[in-house]
Amino acid sequence: MSIVFYVIAGLSVAGALAAVLLKNTVHCALALTLAFAGLALLFLELDAQFAGFAQILVYIGAVAILVVFAILLTRGSETPHETVYSRNPLVGLVTAAAIFAVLGWAVLHSSQALPGPAGTPTAEPQVTVMDIGNALMGRYVLPLEIVALLLTAALIGAVIVAMHEKEAAR
Amino acid sequence: MIEKADQVFVLLSHWLVSFLPSALQPAAAVLLSVVAIIVTFPALFAISVLLERKGLGRMQNRYGPNRVGPFGIFQPVADGVKALIKEDIVPFRADAVVHFLAPVFLVVVVFMGYAVLPMGRNMTLVNMDAGLLFFFAIGASTELSVFMAGWSSRNKYSLLGAMRAVAQMISYEVPLLMSSVAVVMITGSLSLGKIVDAQNRYTYGLPHWYVFTPWGFAGFVLFAIAAMAETNRSPFDLPEGESELVAGYFTEYSGFKFALFFLGEYVGMMGISGLAATLFLGGWSAPFSWLGWVPSWFWFFAKVMLAMCIFIWVRGTLPRLRQDQLMNFAWKFVLPLTFLNLMVAGLWRFMGEGWLRWLVCSAILLLAYTLMGRNGMRSDHIGPRSYRYAD
Amino acid sequence: MLGEGILKGLGETARNFVGSYVSAERLTTVQYPEERAPHIEATRDFPFLVYDGTDWEAGLRCVACQICEKECPPKCIYIVKSTDKKPDAFGKPQIYPTRFDIDISVCMSCQICVEVCPFEAIKMDTEFELSTTDRFGGLLYDRKELAKSNEHYHKIHPTEAAEVDARLAEEKVKVDAKARAVAAAAAAKAAAGPAQAPAHITPKLAAAAAEGDKQE
Repeated sequence: MSIVFYVIAGLSVAGALAAVLLKNTVHCALALTLAFAGLALLFLELDAQFAGFAQILVYIGAVAILVVFAILLTRGSETPHETVYSRNPLVGLVTAAAIFAVLGWAVLHSSQALPGPAGTPTAEPQVTVMDIGNALMGRYVLPLEIVALLLTAALIGAVIVAMHEKEAAR
Repeated sequence: MIEKADQVFVLLSHWLVSFLPSALQPAAAVLLSVVAIIVTFPALFAISVLLERKGLGRMQNRYGPNRVGPFGIFQPVADGVKALIKEDIVPFRADAVVHFLAPVFLVVVVFMGYAVLPMGRNMTLVNMDAGLLFFFAIGASTELSVFMAGWSSRNKYSLLGAMRAVAQMISYEVPLLMSSVAVVMITGSLSLGKIVDAQNRYTYGLPHWYVFTPWGFAGFVLFAIAAMAETNRSPFDLPEGESELVAGYFTEYSGFKFALFFLGEYVGMMGISGLAATLFLGGWSAPFSWLGWVPSWFWFFAKVMLAMCIFIWVRGTLPRLRQDQLMNFAWKFVLPLTFLNLMVAGLWRFMGEGWLRWLVCSAILLLAYTLMGRNGMRSDHIGPRSYRYAD
Repeated sequence: MLGEGILKGLGETARNFVGSYVSAERLTTVQYPEERAPHIEATRDFPFLVYDGTDWEAGLRCVACQICEKECPPKCIYIVKSTDKKPDAFGKPQIYPTRFDIDISVCMSCQICVEVCPFEAIKMDTEFELSTTDRFGGLLYDRKELAKSNEHYHKIHPTEAAEVDARLAEEKVKVDAKARAVAAAAAAKAAAGPAQAPAHITPKLAAAAAEGDKQE
């Protein structure tokens, strides 16, 4: 639990809080990007290089841009007339507490499997990119191909939706 | 002596850092290298701005700037002073925070990309195992800065320019990555240092640079096209088209912020030139084995400046591509060719040494290029236009 | 083949780049304050008044007919006619302009004043570096500043000046010949006797004879 961890964690939490509390939707999207960046830094701090860079490349480089495009192409970029706080906060609080309880249980339950509450990391094997590549192409090749198929289907679907709109207009 | 000249910056850094207590030494070494990068690349930026203006001028049958100092060499100083003393105008309804952060973010991100480039033997700032992935991850963040700039200006033309710029950058991101994946595949590693080492061999004095192989040459050309589009550089500079959208997404920026965008663009160009030099042109290795006595960092910077000259040359020659032509080009021509290049690189690897693989790979690539050029770029929608109205 | 045009274009710009260092036709810039581009003869910038001889006031060809003032599109010429007559370059008493002002900042160099002048008195100069720091009168030229000699006209527009001189000389010869003919006819008539009806001497001819007397 070093100072670096606290700084990065604080950054992520601040970004996430800003993403739900800010009024301007594009500001929220940018704050979400900050939260993604915080997560990527956490991955890097844990020496998971591939995960960290993939997080930056995919989330900040693509997902954040997708989110802002979506906000801009719909009417979400105008400042809302009502406040951000909902009218009955009780339901929200209950839902949030429930999710937090589930996530907390999962995290704590998994941390019991790890040795040493003192926080000293054991000598884990260094996972290099080559290992990830071997795993993807060897043991996990079926999930990889299914995910690729899913992405291709999504791409084709998007193209077809756009094309149909053009034909309907004609 | 030769090794000393080659490692002069590394030895200098070690000597300077040895004055500090040993606890601080790693951090100080890194800090020193960071300062060196922050000093060198803006200096190169000033040189390349001058080179561009004079080079473009000569290509257009005129002198470039030649009034400030002999042959205009102090022109960048004059430009810098002008940018600094100009009034910083922020539009009243603009989003001040995001408006301020956009150029800052851009400059930070492009400078971070230099951390993994091997600028000479043992001269990489951070020798990461997944260095190439880091560079591309960082490069993808520049799109976000462009979008922030365009949106925060509250100017519909800036926003339009920003949307176009982001669409263009996303479209050309995929060919950029794919053409470098071929290099990664052949080398077997994502680390830029290992890629340069793999190219640092010589047969009969000729280097093993990847650009001298069929798939490497095609990959280099495709990478260059995608790099020009990524940095919004002519002929792909519609988003900042000076004759269409005033200055596109940085219309509302004046003074030093504009200078920061300009700096970010050129430093990004040099970064991606450095990457192209590393991936395809052999990084810091010399062109012939008998030229190995010249320091390695000299070759790296020479290749980067050569790439900048090619950028300038293409800018002075080609007219600007329209947005739809640009997108067509990306998705229908460059992308299929990059995938084919990937497969040809695999074929190259598994065909074994000999003249046959040269013939087969070159033949496949040329055939694909010609066929795609003939069919893929033809637009069959020549007829009466149909309009779609917003409702 | 695809891409051939790009390569040819790149070759052309490379040729331009290298050629700009070696040949003059690939670098046609004239570095302005140090060098000047050569004028062609028909250059026209702002008008000036021509005078014959050495005395600018007496030799001014302008007779203040005010045609150029009326024809000037932006009305930048201001003429005040004289009330007396002074001898001109040939000694004949002539009306002259006491004021002839051209506002250079208004003049648009259309040359209409030159085209309509019947006396070849106003012509176009080739001087354009006339900027001044005097905001209120620096660009308003009076007749002393506008008057330049015929030799200056020859220097800046040689063929035009030669033509003008030839035309003026021709006219002068014709007018002299007519005057001489009229004078000779009048003398012959006077010698032949006052009784003969001078049918061939119309009033116009008599007036021309009288004017011919005046010009001499």
